[in-house]
Amino acid sequence: MIHFPILRWGKPYKSLEVDKVVHFATGEPVAEVSQANPGLVARDMRKASRAREVLREVPATELVGMVKKAAELFSTAELPLGEGSQSPDDFVRQQSATTGLPEHMCRMNMEKLRYVLDHIDEILLSLTRGLDPGILTRGYGEEGGVMRSYQATTPVLGMVLPSNSPGVHSLWLPIVPLQIGLVLKPGPQEPWTPWRMTQAFFEAGIPREAVALYPGLGEVGAAVLNNTPRSLIFGGTATVEQYAGNPNVQVHGPGFSKILLGDDEVDNWESHLDLMVDSVLINSGRGCINCSGIWASRHTREIAEAIAERIGPIAPLPPEDPNASLAAFTVPGQAAAISGDIDNAVAEAGVTEVTARFHDGGRHEARERCDYLRPTVVHCESPAPAAVKKEYMFPFVTVVECPQDRMLASIGPTLVATAITSDAAFQRALLDARNVDRLNIGPIPTIRLNWLQPHEGNIVDFLFRPRAFQMAS
Amino acid sequence: MSMQAAATESRAGTEREALDAWVREVVDWHFDPATGCPFWLDWASRAGWDPRTEVRGFEDLVKFGHFEDEQLRGGPVRRWVPRAYADKPIYVFETGGTTGVPKSRVAIDDFRTDYELFSATLPDECFPRGSNWLMLGPSGPRRLRLAVEHLAQYRGGICFCVDLDPRWVIKLIKKGWMDHLKAYQAHVIDQAITVLSAGHEIKCLFSTPKLIEALANRLEADGSSIKDTGITGIFAGGTEFTPQWNRFANEELLDGVYMTPTYGNTLMGLAASPPSGPDEGYKITYYAPQPRAVLQVVDPDDADRVVDYGDTGRVMLTTLTKEFFVPRFLERDEGEREPPCEQYPWDGVSGVRPFSGIAASTTVGVY
Repeated sequence: MIHFPILRWGKPYKSLEVDKVVHFATGEPVAEVSQANPGLVARDMRKASRAREVLREVPATELVGMVKKAAELFSTAELPLGEGSQSPDDFVRQQSATTGLPEHMCRMNMEKLRYVLDHIDEILLSLTRGLDPGILTRGYGEEGGVMRSYQATTPVLGMVLPSNSPGVHSLWLPIVPLQIGLVLKPGPQEPWTPWRMTQAFFEAGIPREAVALYPGLGEVGAAVLNNTPRSLIFGGTATVEQYAGNPNVQVHGPGFSKILLGDDEVDNWESHLDLMVDSVLINSGRGCINCSGIWASRHTREIAEAIAERIGPIAPLPPEDPNASLAAFTVPGQAAAISGDIDNAVAEAGVTEVTARFHDGGRHEARERCDYLRPTVVHCESPAPAAVKKEYMFPFVTVVECPQDRMLASIGPTLVATAITSDAAFQRALLDARNVDRLNIGPIPTIRLNWLQPHEGNIVDFLFRPRAFQMAS
Repeated sequence: MSMQAAATESRAGTEREALDAWVREVVDWHFDPATGCPFWLDWASRAGWDPRTEVRGFEDLVKFGHFEDEQLRGGPVRRWVPRAYADKPIYVFETGGTTGVPKSRVAIDDFRTDYELFSATLPDECFPRGSNWLMLGPSGPRRLRLAVEHLAQYRGGICFCVDLDPRWVIKLIKKGWMDHLKAYQAHVIDQAITVLSAGHEIKCLFSTPKLIEALANRLEADGSSIKDTGITGIFAGGTEFTPQWNRFANEELLDGVYMTPTYGNTLMGLAASPPSGPDEGYKITYYAPQPRAVLQVVDPDDADRVVDYGDTGRVMLTTLTKEFFVPRFLERDEGEREPPCEQYPWDGVSGVRPFSGIAASTTVGVY
């Protein structure tokens, strides 16, 4: 049996408590994971400053080189795992087995992470706005005749990671070259990516003392948040609300990403159908950047019907099937609860479930050890029904009829907005809309990210604060 | 079978006979109109059977079904006081109580008796007689403060107390006020450090896993340690006291200071565990103070069936004192059934943790 130890500043530690992660379809144990206790996290964090010290002993440019080398190792090498090793193909199979994500999607996410690692120099250049990395290392330096000083807000970044979408790990990949240590709490079903990435980093030469990994339950996540000065957490709306206003915690919750069709383009909606379908469906709709709302002032029924024709018939396939488009729900009861919530939402006046005719056996397909939800398209006659604010971890989209001049006031928080319009006034309003984070103007799928741009806040601004600094010569 | 195993089995048989005799005595007491409490006398008047004639031993307690602790919520509290003790000074201890009316139980001398019995399990070299104690944990309406203070006095010492209000801690966690939580914990630890550094010759400590961690970390940050304060023995408890935590504390916090785990709550006495270190894999097995309390591990789906040794089940508690009678109460914990041992010739329970059937709604490890 594969065993994942805890990593205490790079040193493996086998806990007396282990959690078994099982194959979502067969229930067979795939690995056992050492479980940290919260006190162990608190204890280790007393030495967090050492993580930054060891990273500062390596020039930032060398760390960038190591991360690039890690890209190759992560996606192609046989890396240590348990008592043995793990090939990239093993990784894909194992990750699929415990998360329910089809294997080709695991491979796609792996490539996404490799891309970020490969381009880490460009990403850092962009996120730091071209700052000399030596200034972040030293804390000060002159640039263009101006003294600039940045102070790290923390020696390490704590992260409470999710199980649902391995692509989100891209967010923490630029941290090490910024000479900030990593404190990772993996998602219970997805120990694979944090472990493999860590091993790739170590093999590439990144100091082991810069990384800690603490698998465990919720209280271990709380210990990570409480004992690191800066942290990231992924979670649902309740998590977002709990940490809203806490400047030390960057929360990544549901995206509520949307496509907005301007009045000038909506009559051409058919030419954007592929973009809409891809935005809803890719990665089985699990990501925060997947589209869960399409808004237009007219043609909304036709749009909903056309998307339903494309995604409604999609049925579960085995995870190794290259055509599998749906991920399984592996948490017991989760799919049934979501399906029940949708039933309530579509019972409201003005709401129609357009895909119902494709689902003879119902939206919810229960298997012996897992569940699937069939892709669902819901039409809303106006922004009023509760359905328009829904987002779930599967291909689900509401198509909402709403006048363009009321759209931005009605869409609510939106991580990615793709606005298909050439209307200059609407574009101006979109640029000024503070409820939109990532803005795409033009036919760009919501799931297509430009990695050189910040995601839900610039991580560099989160980890370094600019300040005044003068030194007498 | 080894001679030791045979001796344990023989003692287990003797203890079983003693338990049956004690059950008869306790049931006679609680259902005698001259001595019993109004709650059980009223219960018997409606039950349609007479426990005094039908209960001849422990197994017959099955006729009571399962005690529901919801019956302990609200008043009048006097309905729990046995008539024989009506003129005695009565204590009331509360449990839980984060929302709504807390559950309460009455006590006269039970907590003293329980802790005196527990005292016999403490090694004198680690808990020296005559030495002073620090009680660092939840007091308020809980039994713990009086019980630990009595333990200290019973062993000839004086007990210093630092309070912690777990109901406030649970509110802080639920509200997500983590800064307040940290500040409150620091406030509690500040007081402990002050007492420990005041020259009171404190050698024994009661505390909880979270507070022991916080105390050890603070002392270390100050260039000291639990051992440096002069503490030689710690007793702690709770479902957080897992084998992993036991190992972590022994390897990283205690520097050789002796620590003993306990399992208990307001409804029962105090279950002790034989010493457990690396040789035992830090495994913790609790044994109830029979015959005053009996712990069983039962099938969650059929609580009338005790699981086999080594199997997992829900913990079921029966409390049998003349102050308080609790038949077959299903605890909110689960664990594995353990066989009798030399020190405790009756069943034990290991791996105690929140019952998975209801764990999601339970906030544990708050202090």
